Amino acid sequence: MSEEVQDARQLTDYYAQMVLIRRFELVADQMYKRARIGGYCHLNLGEEATVVGLMAALREQDYLFTTYRDHGYALARGMEPGRVMAELFGKSTGVAKGRGGSMHMFDAGLHMLGGYGIVGGQIPPATGAALALAYRTTAGPEAGAVLCQLGDGTTNIGAFHESLNLAAIWKLPIVYAIVNNRLGMGTAVEAASGEPDLYKRGASYRIPGERVDGNDPVAVRQGADAMLARAREERRPGLLELMSYRLKGHSVVDPAKYRSQSEVETAQAADPVPAFRARLLQADVLTEESARAIEDDAEEKVGAAVAFAENSPDPAPSELFDFAYAQDVPNAPRALPGDPLEVEL
Amino acid sequence: MNAEPAQITYRQALNDTLRAELTRDPNVILLGEEIGKFEGSYKITAGLLKEFGPERVRDTPIAEEGFVGAAIGAAMLGLRPVVEIMTLNFSLIAIDQIVNHGAKIYGMFGGQTPVPVVIRFPGGGGQQLAATHSQNLEVWYAHVPGLKVIAPSTPADAKAMLTAAIRDDDPVIFLENLALYNTKGVVPDGEQVAEIGRAAVVREGTDLTVITYSRGTLIALEVARRFAEEGISLEVVDLRSLRPLDRATFCESVRRTSRAVVLEDDWLSYGIGAEISATLMECAFDYLDAPVRRVAAAEVPLPYAKPLELAALPDAEDLARVVREVLAATGFRS
Repeated sequence: MSEEVQDARQLTDYYAQMVLIRRFELVADQMYKRARIGGYCHLNLGEEATVVGLMAALREQDYLFTTYRDHGYALARGMEPGRVMAELFGKSTGVAKGRGGSMHMFDAGLHMLGGYGIVGGQIPPATGAALALAYRTTAGPEAGAVLCQLGDGTTNIGAFHESLNLAAIWKLPIVYAIVNNRLGMGTAVEAASGEPDLYKRGASYRIPGERVDGNDPVAVRQGADAMLARAREERRPGLLELMSYRLKGHSVVDPAKYRSQSEVETAQAADPVPAFRARLLQADVLTEESARAIEDDAEEKVGAAVAFAENSPDPAPSELFDFAYAQDVPNAPRALPGDPLEVEL
Repeated sequence: MNAEPAQITYRQALNDTLRAELTRDPNVILLGEEIGKFEGSYKITAGLLKEFGPERVRDTPIAEEGFVGAAIGAAMLGLRPVVEIMTLNFSLIAIDQIVNHGAKIYGMFGGQTPVPVVIRFPGGGGQQLAATHSQNLEVWYAHVPGLKVIAPSTPADAKAMLTAAIRDDDPVIFLENLALYNTKGVVPDGEQVAEIGRAAVVREGTDLTVITYSRGTLIALEVARRFAEEGISLEVVDLRSLRPLDRATFCESVRRTSRAVVLEDDWLSYGIGAEISATLMECAFDYLDAPVRRVAAAEVPLPYAKPLELAALPDAEDLARVVREVLAATGFRS
């Protein structure tokens, strides 16, 4: 297969994944508003190119840790859309059996070791996963690595700095990928960070940083590829900053009144999904017809995902204590509210 | 002629056990501040760096949140890290990783990935280390589903319970105590694996049950010996496991003795004694001859000055006084 054809297939695949995430998130927004989804619901709208570019660089043997804005990562890492939607619906068929919800996608088999709801919480465990890889395997082009995705606001928390320091002194195979969507909830990066060029924040730990255009999945992939290669072959951690923008509020219920109309309009004009579509049309990678087919396919898949989630069973209250411990021990509590204490004498 | 069985310290029992588990399982690694070259603040890891090398006995920077979280992540990939935190007080810097992550990852993600990590640290006051270095906050961890919290009181239990903790698939908080490290006892040879979640009646008695754990067990046994000289028979229950809590063992004991005193190292309000007392209300109400009493630390940040420190911490005299009061209240005569 010529490189060009392979590239065309790859680019088409990126577009298909971006469209699937876009469609999935728009429908998740609707489902939330119809009260099918509870709790918080943070969408990847506007960040599709960052998600798809990062996931394209990640290999089977690698591990992934993300923030709570994780639906897109779950889909692009290969989870069934139906099982992701079922998790949002809190169904027993969900990827975390309905225990985690929107913020906590997980699939051990796919090495997606979790979306994490506590800001910065994923960074030390991701670093420890890289420690386990370094302990067990030798460096080389086929070695596994860890990708730890985080948001711009997370670069101010202690766990970020402690983890980068550990990764540097222990020479761990990990890439920290900051999706800089310019806002930590409603607070601008410049208002929150003493060094708003976030890719420079690894300098204290001599971790090389790079900033790439988060609206271009190819640029994201190339940036991630280079850093992951260094992690695999040289056991050098990297810090990648992806310039992005979320098109909607922090979560589904946030009207995002803290940003100006002009800011939103600029962002919408740079929306990565139509921009990538136009680029592929112009490069003759896609035709209007093939693009539509991809979009129809995404609509169909997400429709099927909703149907699967709707028709899936709720977890039964009798399963409440099923995952209390990985290893059973005597006297583990099993009382429901108001139950008398179970004391077997 | 039978020689007296050799006694070793609690510290040595921990050291021997870490060595045995490092030898047995290549997935076991140690992490912590000053555990390698310095050989541990309390010398629990003495000699291990030399024997097992820096990949397995890993000195960390002063970054509890970072290295405890890293141990959790390494455990998610199947390593069995044993983390030493210098004292319980510093575990608070890592509490997000312990409570929000270590305790949640297995259940919240639908039972896909166990987190077989052990987090060891000593609690305990009485060393004139003042308020920030003398706390007994084990109940904070014992409150949290997803964790196992154990507290051995003897060198033999230190060995059998640390072995169990390292081989357990869940995050285990392993509570030691500064006052126990130099205490001695007989430790059986060979592989000993305790069952997590079980208390033990460490002295049988008929007149009153003292329920306690960790350092308190030694105090309770000492007080029980003194009362025995007067013909008063105290039973001592060592909880050993704070989560899960073995309610049956102390309920059964109190049903027999009809009197109960809890000796705890933590502060009184909302403490371990409160949980024990509430349990006894449900399981032994009709058997009790007197209200359950608690002997706990005075509720102040622990002062440095020795007379104030002594006044604040529960000791054998406090326990003996309360035992006498409970016996007197029930008209007990030996």
